[in-house]
Amino acid sequence: MQSTRKNLKTIGLNLGLALGLATGAVHADGKLVISNWDGYMPAELPDQFREATGTEAEVSFHATNEEIMGKVVASGGKGYDVLFVSSPFAEALNKLGLTAPIEASKIPNLANLYPEASELEYDPGNTFSVPYAWGTTGLCYRSDLVEGTPDSWMDLLAPSDDLKGKVTMLATDRWLMGAGLLAKGYSVNEADQAKIDEVKDLLIDAKKNLLAYDDTTFYSKLVSGEASLVHAWDGWCNYGIAENPDIKYVIPNEGTDLWVDTMVIMKSSENPDAAHAFIDYILGAETGQWVVENIMYKVPNKAAMEAVGEDMLTAYPNIAIPPADLLQGEMLRDLGQVQKAYTRAVSEITASQ
Amino acid sequence: MRQSTRSLLLVLPGVGWLTVLMVVPCILVFVYAFFERGVYGGIDYRFNLENFQRTGEAVYFSIFLTSAKIAGLATLVAVLIGYPAAWAIARAPSNRQTRYLVLVMLPFWSNFLIRTYAWIVLLNREGLINRGLGGLGLIDEPLNILYNQFAIVTGLVYNYLPFVILAIYSSIQQLNREVLEASEDLGAPAWKTFLRVTLPLTLPGVAAGAVFVFVLSIGNFITPDLLGGGRIQMVGNLIYDQFLTARDWPFGAALSMFLIMIMMALLFAQAVAANRAQRAGGAIHA
Repeated sequence: MQSTRKNLKTIGLNLGLALGLATGAVHADGKLVISNWDGYMPAELPDQFREATGTEAEVSFHATNEEIMGKVVASGGKGYDVLFVSSPFAEALNKLGLTAPIEASKIPNLANLYPEASELEYDPGNTFSVPYAWGTTGLCYRSDLVEGTPDSWMDLLAPSDDLKGKVTMLATDRWLMGAGLLAKGYSVNEADQAKIDEVKDLLIDAKKNLLAYDDTTFYSKLVSGEASLVHAWDGWCNYGIAENPDIKYVIPNEGTDLWVDTMVIMKSSENPDAAHAFIDYILGAETGQWVVENIMYKVPNKAAMEAVGEDMLTAYPNIAIPPADLLQGEMLRDLGQVQKAYTRAVSEITASQ
Repeated sequence: MRQSTRSLLLVLPGVGWLTVLMVVPCILVFVYAFFERGVYGGIDYRFNLENFQRTGEAVYFSIFLTSAKIAGLATLVAVLIGYPAAWAIARAPSNRQTRYLVLVMLPFWSNFLIRTYAWIVLLNREGLINRGLGGLGLIDEPLNILYNQFAIVTGLVYNYLPFVILAIYSSIQQLNREVLEASEDLGAPAWKTFLRVTLPLTLPGVAAGAVFVFVLSIGNFITPDLLGGGRIQMVGNLIYDQFLTARDWPFGAALSMFLIMIMMALLFAQAVAANRAQRAGGAIHA
């Protein structure tokens, strides 16, 4: 659930577009073009893939799901072979007819997935998407600066006096709204306008106690001590834990969403066989293990997770959350028309003063 | 080749550049503003005026006001700091002036984002300023000087100050010294010479610098995002979000139109004022 520094990326956007055009030109040579979040797979992975299969893989980066959606919706996805997007966006791409069907016979390593990971409700049977990483959204905090254990979303939304001005929240729409929806006991896919408005008001109040909205550097704010409690994706909390073991991760009592970041193959891909081979490569047990150790996110790959060392699971307990527990969380789904209400609510929250 | 044909050929690349990269995108923005957003981004070509109505809603309109306030404050501070600096440079021995001007421009040699990040390092609660003041025993609790309007104004002033200094410097340079001497000879004290002669004559430079800072500040979105922590939105952030996160291009386009109109009005007013001042100034210089 990475979304690299939005602002650096803005500048990089033009560069990225230029890069996209350039890669489009060499596409005929059988090169794969992949778009992923920056830092969301080991940097050497494309090289390793080339050594293993002889196929060049070029990786371009998107900062957010929305950014890559904007690009491929406008262009029909031309120029890209494999995209890494969160599941609601994979669903949307499928509804728009931009994804190619996944041919299971070309991805034998699908057998490495947990059985649960092939039965996720947005795409049972992995017909148009293959899960890459999954996890929870919760609270990441400095146990030496926060009294007791935070156990409720309200600890973030209405912090105690000593935490005021020392909390940050994710600003990406589904997760910002998610914190409020879960706190109220609503579905993370709530479609009722009155409830959306109620959550909007709650989040406008919560804004007054925030240090900042932060999707990208919240863990370093914890490390530096600027923030004491942050709204975080579990994997990214691990980046903080790696630097300061006093940092802990907790899923609030009201629950979490279950997010899944997926890989999809574009219908416009001129090289679908190589695209399938790439996904197969990612799902290899060794690659999967290497990914986990590099990006510190859980992957839905049973063979890979079983190979991850015990010391890693002790140091980063959230990596050890078993699939059965993950599935307790409600999946984020594509909202269709209701998405407009969400983005409007988020615009009004971030615009409020 | 006839003179007129040659002129036409010479101007063609410039006009072509502006047409393709400036006029066409502006027309697109204008047109998009009248349609509806698609569910997954993009445009639904159904004509409506809702985007413009929405621009006037209190929550969004107040962002325009906040932005104007922040940009205005940044402009004021930049002029107050920039004027004396420009004066000092213009009055320095001429062989040193170039050196000073290069120093003013020096920050532009490094990346804007890196310079803005540097302010985060300076201003955060565990940053250099707070550590320094704490170390000296001047403060007990770290000051909250990051992620607020103060930090945004600081960042904007820092970034655009060189423009103000350069603009004011050039108008001080053009100042006719004889006019100042005349004022002095006629017995005006230094402050009066400044208020009645120098300031009015250098006002075009001040206006040019000020409009520059204001226009650049009100549309800036990186500084408020980094130094305001995303809590304080300026209109640039609002537009950015509509295009890149909310995927509501038509609303973003309507907001952009509104912002472009404000900027054009200001630039136009500045051009008119400069024109008038030049004619008046011409009379004095003659």
